[in-house]
Amino acid sequence: MSNSPTTSGIVAGRLHAGDYARHFDDLYPDYDPHEAMVAADRCYFCHDAPCITACPTAIDIPLFIRQIQAGQPEAAGKTIFDQNILGGMCARVCPTETLCEGACVREAAEGKPVEIGRLQRYATDKLIAKNAHPFTRAAPTGKRVAVVGAGPAGLACAHRLALHGHDVTILEAREKPGGLNEYGIAAYKTAHDFARAEVDWILQIGGISLQQGWKLGVDGTLADLQAGFDAVFLGIGLAGVNALGVAGEDAPGARDAVDFIAELRQTDDLSTLPIGRHVVVIGGGMTAVDASVQSKLLGAEHVTMVYRRGRDQMGASDYELRHAANEGVKIITNAMPVAVHANGALREVEFAYTHQGPTGLEPTGETFRLKADQVFKAIGQMLEGVPEGIALDGRKLAVDAEGRTALPGVWAGGDCTGGGEDLTVTAVAQGRDAAENIHAALMGEGA
Amino acid sequence: MANLTTNFIGIKSPNPYWLASAPPTDKEYNVVRAFKAGWGGVVWKTLGAEGPPIVNVNGPRYGAVWGADRRLLGLNNIELITDRPLEVNLREIKQVKRDWPDRAMVVSLMVPCDEESWKAILKHVEDTEADGVELNFGCPHGMSERGMGSAVGQVPEYIEMVTRWVKQHSRMPCIVKLTPNIADIRKPAEAAKRGGADAVSLINTINSITSVNLDTFSPEPMIDGKGAHGGYCGPAVKPIALNMVSEIARSPETQGLPISGIGGVTTWRDAAEFLALGAGNVQVCTAAMTYGFGIIKELTAGLSQYMDEKGFTSVDDLVGRAVPNVTDWQYLNLNYVTKARINQDLCISCGRCYAACEDTSHQAISMSPDRKFEVIDEECVACNLCVNVCPVQDCITMEPMVKGSTDPRTGETVSDYANWTTHPNNPMAKAAE
Repeated sequence: MSNSPTTSGIVAGRLHAGDYARHFDDLYPDYDPHEAMVAADRCYFCHDAPCITACPTAIDIPLFIRQIQAGQPEAAGKTIFDQNILGGMCARVCPTETLCEGACVREAAEGKPVEIGRLQRYATDKLIAKNAHPFTRAAPTGKRVAVVGAGPAGLACAHRLALHGHDVTILEAREKPGGLNEYGIAAYKTAHDFARAEVDWILQIGGISLQQGWKLGVDGTLADLQAGFDAVFLGIGLAGVNALGVAGEDAPGARDAVDFIAELRQTDDLSTLPIGRHVVVIGGGMTAVDASVQSKLLGAEHVTMVYRRGRDQMGASDYELRHAANEGVKIITNAMPVAVHANGALREVEFAYTHQGPTGLEPTGETFRLKADQVFKAIGQMLEGVPEGIALDGRKLAVDAEGRTALPGVWAGGDCTGGGEDLTVTAVAQGRDAAENIHAALMGEGA
Repeated sequence: MANLTTNFIGIKSPNPYWLASAPPTDKEYNVVRAFKAGWGGVVWKTLGAEGPPIVNVNGPRYGAVWGADRRLLGLNNIELITDRPLEVNLREIKQVKRDWPDRAMVVSLMVPCDEESWKAILKHVEDTEADGVELNFGCPHGMSERGMGSAVGQVPEYIEMVTRWVKQHSRMPCIVKLTPNIADIRKPAEAAKRGGADAVSLINTINSITSVNLDTFSPEPMIDGKGAHGGYCGPAVKPIALNMVSEIARSPETQGLPISGIGGVTTWRDAAEFLALGAGNVQVCTAAMTYGFGIIKELTAGLSQYMDEKGFTSVDDLVGRAVPNVTDWQYLNLNYVTKARINQDLCISCGRCYAACEDTSHQAISMSPDRKFEVIDEECVACNLCVNVCPVQDCITMEPMVKGSTDPRTGETVSDYANWTTHPNNPMAKAAE
């Protein structure tokens, strides 16, 4: 180790070689069978359970937990996958405290919900480990569907379509499938290359061909797809990032957090990945937290996450923020960047404190500067490369409740559309439901 | 601190907790550890007749039923009586009694059903200066196949006969241990009393198979692929034991016959319940086998604190307190009308009461779209199922309706005590006076 956390500048290898694997290992280890039994026993099997209602994919949670209690975790896994084919990833990344676990009656009773997320992980891991895909395709329909984007929405849509007997072609711009699961979330949430393993497992259903390096608008147009397929699903995500709009934001050392996270996820040897000594992350969502925590885990001495509004308005969950603080990330709220100061290399970021004025957020007049040799911008992603002819609803693709766009034969879902939060689980629900609607439309046509 | 000293049929002990005849009382080593920990007495593991000792299986002797966190709820065993030489047991009994004179030392016995066998063993036991004997007419496995244990306990005439021999050939107090594997527990108790028993102890273990291995299709505990029924004990059997104790305590034929209560005593509270239903002391086994002898501290301190709170100065103040309240169904007050009440502040909206009532009972709980659950008095028969399935203690309670009010379910006025014996629907009803 030539460098340490106190080495100035943006350098690699701040830690001992063995520290990287430990730092980026599973945030929670999987339950052992006895732990799972004890955790499962806490479920009350509520009538018309609130946790099901709170789950965007409506997994029958009490049923799967009862199946764990009864000693059949694989059956529990099947119950989960019936509703959510990415149940394994959702078990790892869902903000359960605001979804199922937030609705758990034991949260109301004693402030300690049933650990649904961890139980879901236990069940789904057990079934995936069997490496026998639990779903069988229906008889071939002869219909062909193009799915653009191999992220959670596209994968969920493709799997459900394949299940119904349709032939699916997934067109993915990046080198690997998985979307944000592969490129956009912290490594410790999907350790041991789970994102890739999950995609492989999903594709085991058959009937899905995956074409990588195919970019909409470059390698083909939406019109081409409409002509070549019986239906099209767009799960193109949010490819653009918002800019800070302050002086100096393009200084060397300042970059988008999503690029940093993607690079980290695709780096085999993390000791080769450079990180600053003083890192400033601007934003208050999950991306900001993932960039902050991973900067710290790479050995940055000081990591400060700065958000322009109050803590209650941050996109990141309380759990995520506690985790970040626990890892040593300093969190500053009610401060917005006004300038990035560089002198060849990046030196400082200047912030203004904010308060809520009559017309919106206003600077209070008081400013401060944070020492920085690296800045990550994480103030949100935006839709980019909207295909011609698709109407927008605000800043997202306009779809109806079934996921249909106004264009005939074109559906869309996931982060590129509105409705619900930009969560993996929401994308899965939208992809799945669009597939059902596509199926109904295709089979109705033939009837 | 309440005085826990007991005098059970003339046998004194510093507290009412004896270790039951079982593995924990098979050797001097274990019994001395128990006495050091504070146990009031022991019933030494059952001795057999002179001759080659009996043998045990060399595979598992116990099977179990667990709760989710492996909390032991029920235990079953196929162990037989002591497999150590008779003279070794007798020597150790004598030594321990000499070293611990203030503790109760009762010796459990099981020999073939002939007078000479009993006469012979009693002589040996008297020589140890033990405080009394307990006749094991209870074990349901193994020995029963040889005409002993529950094979005797299931035939009241045999119980009476053997008890009579014991009283004839010994000066020692005699406790008859009863098997619950019988239709009416009062019959063997009556037989013991007729034979001159000083007390009965119950229950011994219940015939059981704890589980079946669904791969090998063998019952558990499994010996080389086969299983035989064993005796079930532990917390799971307590309700059965409480009922049997109370039946003997309140039966006119056996009223006043001292009872040593056995069956799932795990905490002081269990012991207090046995005492309240008429037991003069209790015997413990499974709880000690599960947690070790250290539980005696909780058992004694807990009972003592409870007695202080109630103002009881001796254990006898508690014994039998609940017996007058055990009655027959026909005497229950049919004009006692209650309705379930849900405390909305405590309710966590799990809906279990609703599912139970709607699916399996009387459709007497309503559910609103925002998950508020309320009792429909017009339908509520006060069955108590909602109370029992509710995960929150005291969230649902049964509230009695005041006399003179109208039960909205039946339209009838809540009136004075009246039972089935005078009910108009009863064809056997006695005419009102």
